[in-house]
Amino acid sequence: MKVPDLTELALRNLRESFLRNSLTTVGISVGVASLVAMLSLGIGLQQLASRRLVKSGLFDTIVVTSRREMRGMSREEERNGPTAGESRILDESARREIEKLPNVIEAYPDIRFVTELRYEDKPHLTMISALPESAKSNDAFEGMQGGFFSSDAAPEAVLQKSFAEELLGKTPPLGGQEPSVADLAKPLLGKELLMRYAQRESSQATPQGTTSTRQNPEDNNLAAASYSVVSREQKLKIIGVADLDPESMRGPMRAKVFLPLKLAQSLHVMQPTDLREISHAASDEPVYSSVSARVKSPAQIQAVEDAIKKMGFTTFSLLDASQSLRTFFKVLDLFLGIFGSLALAVASIGIVNTLVMAILERRREIGVMKAIGASDSDVKRLFFAEAGAMGILGGMVGVGLGWAIGRVINIGTNIYLKRQSLPPDNFWAVPWWLVAAAIMFSFLVSLISGLYPAGRAARLDPVQALRYE
Amino acid sequence: MATLTAVSSSTSTFAVRTENLCRHYRMGEASIRAVDGVSLDIRAGKFVALLGSSGSGKSSLLNLIAGLDRPTSGSVVVQDRDLAKLSREELAKYRLHVVGMVFQSFNLIASMTLAENVELPLRFAEVDRSRRDDLAREALERVGLGARMNHRPSELSGGEQQRAALARALINRPKLLLADEPTGNLDSHTGTEIMNMLRQFNRELGMTVVMVTHERALAERYAERMIFLADGKVIDDQPNQPESAGGNA
Repeated sequence: MKVPDLTELALRNLRESFLRNSLTTVGISVGVASLVAMLSLGIGLQQLASRRLVKSGLFDTIVVTSRREMRGMSREEERNGPTAGESRILDESARREIEKLPNVIEAYPDIRFVTELRYEDKPHLTMISALPESAKSNDAFEGMQGGFFSSDAAPEAVLQKSFAEELLGKTPPLGGQEPSVADLAKPLLGKELLMRYAQRESSQATPQGTTSTRQNPEDNNLAAASYSVVSREQKLKIIGVADLDPESMRGPMRAKVFLPLKLAQSLHVMQPTDLREISHAASDEPVYSSVSARVKSPAQIQAVEDAIKKMGFTTFSLLDASQSLRTFFKVLDLFLGIFGSLALAVASIGIVNTLVMAILERRREIGVMKAIGASDSDVKRLFFAEAGAMGILGGMVGVGLGWAIGRVINIGTNIYLKRQSLPPDNFWAVPWWLVAAAIMFSFLVSLISGLYPAGRAARLDPVQALRYE
Repeated sequence: MATLTAVSSSTSTFAVRTENLCRHYRMGEASIRAVDGVSLDIRAGKFVALLGSSGSGKSSLLNLIAGLDRPTSGSVVVQDRDLAKLSREELAKYRLHVVGMVFQSFNLIASMTLAENVELPLRFAEVDRSRRDDLAREALERVGLGARMNHRPSELSGGEQQRAALARALINRPKLLLADEPTGNLDSHTGTEIMNMLRQFNRELGMTVVMVTHERALAERYAERMIFLADGKVIDDQPNQPESAGGNA
């Protein structure tokens, strides 16, 4: 029998025992729904986590430090890497070299310093850090009040929420409701901060020093090995207050005030490295304590990291952490999938039951079909088609149902989060491949369930079947 | 369709030939000899009646000829093919293209309309839908049910149902029409109607008809040959002069 004929006959037969077949199909739907709901939740959580992680810049960023920093992240590196003395200086040319590596989007210096900020004539000491323009897409600025820097060199500042609290003198009561970012931002946006900082001024401002150093810095180390420190002030306009901390991985090093990168570079703020690098850093070329290299995707981290290590620097990335996270989600998905499949397994027993019943009921009909020329395989395929049709229908209804369940769970969770004054998010995702896979899976499970009944129907002896009343 | 051509080109004068045909059933310890050493030749184009009381084995013999059942021993050759040697798949093809069957209880599929019932064998034969519709209409018109194509069997009288069953049996143009008590569930008037149709097909289409019945009078009126069975054996085999066509009692 041809497939369209087979399908038509199968659907007709399903319509004949409408109630029973609908109930079986509903059973499959519930099974598929639970599978879809479970998996979409798993996928949603995974997407949420990786979205946050990718945006946080933790997983596509390599922190490059010179071994001279002596801040090696692991003991192994201490032993195997180049000794501190041999290591290269992390200066502007090294930064450019890193930026030219394949798959590196950008490499920007980490400029951070502790300094005094005056707001309404009160001094506040805090860590200040420079942000490249690409940080705009950082997840931390999602709930930001105000805006991002108008340009890479604008005298503007973005405050972290806790610093805003400090400026306003609002410390949240323990366990009490934290003030919202919007409330904090309102009195601060557009106001001015006065930053006092120490500027490093090269002493090669003298004519002969400047020229010789620029031509051949290596030979002029001694001549250039001095600089002066000048106290400066810079007015900064508060243009944004961010809720989250874009530098959460830095722990105690994290900054509370952010400046545009170009502005920060132009200030020539005295860096702690300047003292240690005094023998080399006499040139005009800036030397950085660390450089962050952003890579196109977390998959390329390893290769880029190796390349940077070859250049003689120490690197650090959270690649390992992301790998174990991925493993965690794979296991989570597996477990959720197994739980979800249990309902489908029960539903498949329903299919077997329904089809075995249908054989008993339609015994005579099967006999007639065989008498007028149906082959064993015609009968078998007809029952397969019925099982498959129930599977596909159940799968489609189930995907819809699972989608709805996921939706409800998501809405419910977000209501709960709102009560806990946390931002709402999507914990649940039904990608198109899950829809296709769920329907396909339901179809396959149904076909497998149809194996036994279809085989039994095909083997039916027509003489006995025709005798059966 | 290739099968059909092969069949029609057959030159054998015998439509059905059985040789020492046996069909034994096992019922617990006992063995029931439903068909026990039947040797028969049925010539092509004949109208033959198998007679006997219930349990005589006439239906079992018919099932063996129809390829619904397989012999325990002996052979049954229809249109030059030994049914005992055919695979299940080949037997299904044989039933589809060579034989048409009519039953006492009509055996139409209740969930299908008449047209769908009639075209069902064509679906198994993988005939295109457009051709199927035409053939089904033609077959139903031939048995006078052209106007009731879209009715379900339950909406029809017994006679009409049997006519529809006849249309279904004829749709694949079989060479051999097997009828198992075709009038058993009908009153005498509609029974006569059906029998006249059987005779019409036998004469006009050159179809060999083998009919099982327990009514001797019916056989005498229509059959050209009467074979009597008892306990699975042929006990009498006599030619008969049927009534002339169109003669209604």
